[in-house]
This record gives sequence, C-alpha cells and structure tokens, in this order.
Amino acid sequence: MKRRNFLVAAGAAFLAGCNKVAESAPGAKLLSAAESWHKAAHRFLSNREALAPEYPRSAISPYFRGNGSVDPTNGDYQAQAASDFANWRLEVRGLVETPLSLTLDNIRRLPQRTQVTRHDCVEGWSAIGEWTGPQLSLLLDAATLRPEARYIVFRCADELSGARYYESVDLIDAYHPQTIIAHRLNGEPLPIKNGAPLRMRIERQLGYKHAKYLTAIEAVASLEDLYGGKGGYWEDRGYQWYAGI
Amino acid sequence: MTKPAKRHALTTRLWHWSNLVAMVILFMSGLTISNAHRYLYWGDWGFEAKDAWLAVPRFPDWMTIPGYYSLAVARDWHILAAWLFALTLLFGWIAMLVNRHFKRDIATRREEWRPANIKADIAAHLRLDFDHGKGKYNFIQKLTYGLVLGVILPGMVLTGIAISPGMEPTFGWMVDLMGGRQSARSFHFIFAALVFGFFVIHVLLVILSGPIWQLRSMITGRDGR
Repeated sequence: MKRRNFLVAAGAAFLAGCNKVAESAPGAKLLSAAESWHKAAHRFLSNREALAPEYPRSAISPYFRGNGSVDPTNGDYQAQAASDFANWRLEVRGLVETPLSLTLDNIRRLPQRTQVTRHDCVEGWSAIGEWTGPQLSLLLDAATLRPEARYIVFRCADELSGARYYESVDLIDAYHPQTIIAHRLNGEPLPIKNGAPLRMRIERQLGYKHAKYLTAIEAVASLEDLYGGKGGYWEDRGYQWYAGI
Repeated sequence: MTKPAKRHALTTRLWHWSNLVAMVILFMSGLTISNAHRYLYWGDWGFEAKDAWLAVPRFPDWMTIPGYYSLAVARDWHILAAWLFALTLLFGWIAMLVNRHFKRDIATRREEWRPANIKADIAAHLRLDFDHGKGKYNFIQKLTYGLVLGVILPGMVLTGIAISPGMEPTFGWMVDLMGGRQSARSFHFIFAALVFGFFVIHVLLVILSGPIWQLRSMITGRDGR
C-alpha cells in the first residue's frame, strides 16, 4: 500500500510538472510546434494531390454514425429542414473576384465526384460511406480567388454548446481532388445527423475538419479574426488545426 | 566470470533515459486517448460497442496525461513525445549498430537456441540467478531486448503512422498490411500493452538483481559492483 501511495504521489508530481510545462509560454509553443513538424513531414512525404484510399461499395459500413451536432435547433434550421432545404443557399465569398450564391439545385447540376472513403473521428472510431458532390476547386475557380487568399473557411448553420461551428483548411487541402461539397451519402440525400443539406469532405484529415450544415465558403488571408482565432470550433477548444495526425 | 568494466555506452544511456521520458508521456497521454473511445476493432471501420473485439477499461485520472479528461491536451503531448520517441529510437539503433553493441551483446548465437541452453537459462532465472551466460546478457535477455528494440518499439511508430489519416496517401500499403485502419489502431494498443508489460518486468528484474548498481551503471556507465 505504501508503494502504491508513493507511485500515486510520484505520478501526481509528474502530472503537475506536465501541466506546468503545457501552461508555460515556451511549453505551449513547443506543443504547437510539434503539430507543424507533423504537418511538414506529411506534406514532405506525400504529393499534394495524393489520394486518401477509396473503397468498393461493398466496404460501406451498415450506417454512418453522426457525431457533434446531429440535429441543430438554433436559427431557422428546423424550418429549413421541414421545407426540404428548398431555400438553402451556399455562398462563396470573401477574397474572391466574383462572389456566388448557389441553390442546392445549382450544386446538383455541377460536375459531380463520387467517392467511397473512410471517416476517422479524432476519438478513434472509423466509418465508411459513399459521398457525392462537386469538387471545392470548381467553386473556387468559378469565384476566382484573389492572390491574398490563404485559407478557405467553412461557415456552418449549427451551434454546438451555444457556439457557432466553423472550420478552415489551407489551399492545398481546398484544391485537393477529393475535397468535395457532399450533398449525398450512400446514394441518398445527406441525412440531418450527417450534415444535411451540405457538408465538406476533407479526406486526409480527421472528422472535425469535415464541416456540416454548410452555409458559406469564405476565402480569407488570416484566421485570427474569426471566433477564437484558431481556425475552427474544435481548434478554438485546443485541438490541432492540422488534423492529419 | 569477468564482466567488462564499462557497462553501458554513453549513447545507450542517453537513449535509455530519453526513451523512458518519451514512453511515459506517450503511455499516459495514450490512456487519455483510449478513454475518448474505449473500443477496439478489426478491419477498416468500427464505431460502436457491438463491433468491438475489446472494450478497454476506463483509466482513472491519476494514470493519465493530463490529470483530467482532455483529448485535445493529451493529443498535444502524444504528438510531441512521438518525435522524441521515434527520433531517439532511430538514434539508438544507429548507435548500437555502429558501436557493435547489437552484434556483440544482443544478437543471439545459434548455440543459444538449443533447447538445453534455453531450459538452463529459464531454470537460472527461476533461481533468481541473472548473472550467467557467456556475454553481457543471457539468452532470455537478448531475446527480450531484441523483440522490444526490433519489433515492439518500431511497431509503435509504424502503427502510429498507420492511424494518421494524413500519412495514409503515402503509407496506404502499410495500413493494408496491418489489415485496415482499425486493425492498425488495435495493434497500436496491443504493442502499448506489451511495452507496459516489458516495463513492469524490466523494473522488477532490476530490483531483484541489485537496483543500486544497475541504476548507477545506466547513469554513469560504470559497473560499481
């Protein structure tokens, strides 16, 4: 029993030390530097167009788990859902030459990409689904990015614990061929729990990057002025902006 | 039997202690990450208890980094210590190949694999006689160090790479070889459990075989007996 007490005390002291390091400025800097080293290593080892694995339809999971917001109740989302999202608009705005405002019908008429891919949640689980939608690059090219644009921000309709969800990627992931605006899952219109009527697919990163209930795509030069300034709902709550790890 | 006066090379000692720091941080932050989703699956996908081959127990806060539940903070520590762990493992391997520590002390010789020798080695261990065999280490020690250094620790790095979605476009073949992403995650946990098992036995044997001189020799490099 004494030895166990000693171990617990030693463990507590170690943990206190870890917390001290994490809370100090150089410690926090080191922790976020490690994230950028991983990103640099991934980008160095992979071609910027390298594809995430795509599976045959037979590999699709029996259903696709919903996580985070699964039925938004804020704003007019419920009314929109009741009218089958007939009045939903997707805006493309920010640092672009030609801002766009698209209906779901406009989006369905664009050239489509269908991909069976695996979704990895930061918690550890995975599910496989078939996603259909236009490539983000198509919309960005149609709107024409201004040269100052460095990030693409995804604005969402849902609030989680009272705060608006949002996400962002850099131009490498924005222009990746598998980065699509999905409006179908497994051949059906996107279910509400999975982000109806539109969600992002960012296939080389973890699930929280794949913003759901998408209302706008915004080109920006910096992420600092948005919400908590870290580039995403979960990033503002301490998670890594580069979620390929 | 005379033992070499110098027990551990400086590179071995540097690797040993930096590896300990990295492993402790990785293991304890890994327990928090495990708490985030306590189920393990085989194959490419899995997301609920009924698909799992194992439900891992929830680890209490005093075992985890940080000392409260935060997946975000645990991941910060995990991906930082991963660099220390992987780079020092590479350094340790290069050092022990260059200074021939591996060939001289760890690689087994054919005669050591004879059943009679293995039996005698086990019998000696049961008598708590660890100071036997011709070289620096006896057969069971060589085998254990070889498995840990050659299979389990590199396995931690490789399975860790395999569960990173950003690495998969390049290392997809490795994920396939492991049987899919959720299998790779299962192997990551299994290897972590093996590392912990090794850690417990290793510390126990150090205590049984003379903790003071063992620790001194791993710190100063000199055999103080």
